[in-house]
Amino acid sequence: MGGILALALGGFFGSASRQFGASLIELQTWFSTRYRGFQDFVTAPRDIVSLRARNAELEAQVSQLQAQLIELQQRVNETEILAALVDFSRSNPESTYKAASVIGRDPSPFLHYIIINRGSNDDIRRGMPVVTNQGLVGRIDAVIADAARVQLITDPASAVNVYLQNADTSAVLFGSVTGDVSLDMISQNVVVDPGDVILTSGLGGGFPADLIIGQVVTVRTLEFELFQQATVQPAVDFSRLEIVLVITNFRPVDISPLEPTPSP
Amino acid sequence: MRNIIAIPLLGLAVILQSSVVSQIKLLSGYADLPLLLLAAWALQERVNSAWHWAVTACLMIGFASGMPWFVLAAGYLGVVFAARVLQRRVWQAPLLAMFSVVFLGTLFMHLLSFSVLRLFGTPFRFDDVAWLITLPSLLLNMLFSIPIYAFMRDLARWVYPEEERE
Repeated sequence: MGGILALALGGFFGSASRQFGASLIELQTWFSTRYRGFQDFVTAPRDIVSLRARNAELEAQVSQLQAQLIELQQRVNETEILAALVDFSRSNPESTYKAASVIGRDPSPFLHYIIINRGSNDDIRRGMPVVTNQGLVGRIDAVIADAARVQLITDPASAVNVYLQNADTSAVLFGSVTGDVSLDMISQNVVVDPGDVILTSGLGGGFPADLIIGQVVTVRTLEFELFQQATVQPAVDFSRLEIVLVITNFRPVDISPLEPTPSP
Repeated sequence: MRNIIAIPLLGLAVILQSSVVSQIKLLSGYADLPLLLLAAWALQERVNSAWHWAVTACLMIGFASGMPWFVLAAGYLGVVFAARVLQRRVWQAPLLAMFSVVFLGTLFMHLLSFSVLRLFGTPFRFDDVAWLITLPSLLLNMLFSIPIYAFMRDLARWVYPEEERE
């Protein structure tokens, strides 16, 4: 025993002790790794369950926040539209307005009508003009207590007397099946250019004067025809109508009794 | 009592037609949901309330639409009539009957709308209406007719349960 101790102290067992130490460390590492694996195996399912629960909770939170975001975006859009409409009504103080939301369109594809959520309870009457801050939309065609139907100027049966500002002449604006609007009855003697602004003329008593309708896009002039025609880019985007203003202090004038009747 | 289901269902159809379907346009045409519901309902065996449904649909759509009421009445009653006639003759191929009724019904309804509005002074051109409204609407109605038929068949089975048929 004393001899072994002396040999060890003398450094004769150096390589043997190093190999022993390395083997111990390897063994320790092997046990440690296996134990960690076992520990993971035992504890992991619990973690997955809690992670899944947390994930579901976060997903619910995300979808809730997304819904809130959409709602807020809608409110921002509405506020922007309303702010523009308020600006418009302030810049046109001669008229009184009632704001209404568009809640539907005519079920028939033959008619270009919208339905708004204001009716006779809000003093809306048949014939009142409907506008947005961009320009003329149409006029009230039928009214019930809490809703009204508006005939758009794009309706094939619609005809609006208009005034071409630059050309200083009158014409009639017609709707069509496609929703496009066009000008007719433009005198052959006047020069109409693309870009000319079109306003309501007020003739006929159906609409107040000077409401913006749009701009001339192209002009068609044929020598053998009585009048020129023009295609029009409306100022209002009729496919995205959300909120409109009804001009409530305008009463349309029925001029039909004044129209000449053919004598027998 | 079974006819009462027509009121909420057709009411919902009119609301959807006015607010959603009318926005899903193909050129200038769109599907006619109440017409599809009526056609599919009238083609179901043992359903004897189709005429009531047609009248209810006329009343509801007449309330929302600017179309003269008699166009809607004639159109929807015509669809139910066509469906009842075809149901007796093509009973072995219900989908074929559905397609036929929807095809004929859409054409009839559009021809009627065109004629009456033209008579009232709307300056329609026949080829514009045919290409831009009627043909796209026909295509959309045909596309929607399969799911609507399946839905109405299930509804008919629910309203008229199997044991009562025997």
